[in-house]
Amino acid sequence: MFEQQDPNLIQLNSAGQLKHFLTTEGLSREMLTEILDTADSFVDMSAQQVKKVPLLRGKTVVNLFFEASTRTASTFELAAKRLSADVLNLNIKTSSTSKGETLKDTLMTMEAMHSDMFIVRHSDSGAAHYIASNVTPHVAVINAGDGRHAHPTQAMLDMLTIRQHKGGFEHLTVAIVGDILHSRVARSQIHALRTLGAREIRVIGPTTLLPRHIEALGVTVYTDMCQGLKDVDVVMMLRLQKERMQSALLPSESEFYSLYGLTEEKLKLTHPDSIVMHPGPINRGVEIETSVADGPKSMILKQVTNGIAVRMAVMSMAMGGQMTDHQAERESE
Amino acid sequence: MVSGVIKVDHLLTKMAEDLITLIKVRQLDNPMVIGIHTGGVWLAEHLHQQLGIESPLGTLDISFYRDDFSRAGLNPKVQPSALPSATEDRHIILVDDVIMSGRTIRAAMNELFDYGRPASITLVTLLDLNRRELPIQADVTGDTLQLADDEQVKLTGPVPLALEIRKKDNP
Repeated sequence: MFEQQDPNLIQLNSAGQLKHFLTTEGLSREMLTEILDTADSFVDMSAQQVKKVPLLRGKTVVNLFFEASTRTASTFELAAKRLSADVLNLNIKTSSTSKGETLKDTLMTMEAMHSDMFIVRHSDSGAAHYIASNVTPHVAVINAGDGRHAHPTQAMLDMLTIRQHKGGFEHLTVAIVGDILHSRVARSQIHALRTLGAREIRVIGPTTLLPRHIEALGVTVYTDMCQGLKDVDVVMMLRLQKERMQSALLPSESEFYSLYGLTEEKLKLTHPDSIVMHPGPINRGVEIETSVADGPKSMILKQVTNGIAVRMAVMSMAMGGQMTDHQAERESE
Repeated sequence: MVSGVIKVDHLLTKMAEDLITLIKVRQLDNPMVIGIHTGGVWLAEHLHQQLGIESPLGTLDISFYRDDFSRAGLNPKVQPSALPSATEDRHIILVDDVIMSGRTIRAAMNELFDYGRPASITLVTLLDLNRRELPIQADVTGDTLQLADDEQVKLTGPVPLALEIRKKDNP
C-alpha cells in the first residue's frame, strides 16, 4: 500500500481543471457532470463514419498495465487512438518485493521516451496516486484500477449509462451486488453516485464480503438479496473474482449463485423499468443468469461502448486547457 | 453589456444574391450547404431555404479540431457534426457567422477533409472583422466591421437573427 493524501491536491490543477484522474472521491458534482457531458460528445462522435479527431495528435500515451486486463486496456487504447495519440502498450509483471523502486525505474524510463500520459493499472492501492506524485509536471496520469482502491473510469462509464437511460440520479435507488470488500469498482461507484445525488445506494452481499463500517460511505447494507433488490431502479452487479473462492470467504460457487446470483426470478423484485449493469467479464451462472445478461434490461454491451467515450473524455480533459499551468511552471523554473 | 444591434435581413438578402451569382459564375453544380455551429447553422438554414437548394443541409461542430485545445481545453457540449451525404467531389458552401482570425475556418476545412475530398469549398460569412491571422478569405460577405479592442460581436437567433455588439466583461 502506498501512502494517501487528499487526492484533489494532485488531480486538479491550480485552475480547478482535471489534471490527473485518480479517483471519483472528492470530485465535485460539476466536475463529474463535465466528464459525463464531454463523454456524451464522444458517444455521438464514435457513432459517425469517421471515428477519429485530432485532439491528442502528437501526444504519446503509455498503457502501463502491471495487472492483467483485456477490456479496460483495449478500450483505453482505442480511446487514445480515436483521439489521434500514439499508443504504447506495456504489460509489466511485478515482483512482490521492492515495488516502489521498480515502479520508479519504470517511470523514469517511460518519461525518457517523452510520454505525455500514463494509463495505470496496478494491484496495489494507491499506485496511480504514487505515480502521479512522481511524474514530471507535463505528464497526466489516469487510474485504470488500483488494488481495492478505485477504478474511476469504470464508475464514470456506469454513471454515463445510468444517465442515458434514467435521465438523472436524484430519483434513483441503486443496488450494488456481490463482492464489495475486494471491489475498487464498488468504491468508485459509491463515491460517484453520492456526489451525483442518487436517492438511495444499497450494497448487497454476504457479511464476509462487505467491508466493515461501509455504512459510513452513506449506503444501506443488505445481506438478503431479495430484500435489497425490492423496487430498485438500477442493479449493478460486481464480478466475483474466482481466486477469492479459494479463501474461506465463500462457501461455493453454486451456493453464492443461489444467494447472490442475479436470476430472472430475483430481477422481478426490482422496479419494472430497472436496468442491469456489470463491469465484465461476466461469469455466467455465478453472478448472473445467462438470460438476464443477454436480456432486455442488460446494459452490459452499452457499458463497453460508453467506456470508450468516457476514456476519451477524461484523456482529453487531462491534456486540454493545461497550457497556462505548464507555462507558469516553466517560467518559475 | 450590449452596446449596439445590427439588423441582418438586408445583409442576408444581399448575400443570397451574391451567392446565386457566384454559383452561376463558378458553375457549382448541386452544391451542399454546411453551417458551422451555432450561428453558422442558423445562417446556413436561412440561405439553404432562400436559394432553394435541394441537397440537405450539413452541420459542423469544429470543437475537436480547434488549434487552441491544449491552451483552452474542450467545450464539454460538442454538437455532433452531421453531413447528410458524402462530401467527396461535391461543391461545398461553408457558412459561418463571423470571420475574424480565420482559425475556425481552418479547423472546419480540416474536419471536412476527414470526410473526403470536396470538389471545391466556397466560404460565406455574415460579418468580416478584418483581423486575419491566416491566409483565408470569404467569397461572400454581408458586411465588414472594425471593432474596438474591448468589443465583441455575437449573432443571436435563430429567429429573428441579429448581430449584437457587446463590451467585453473582462477586457
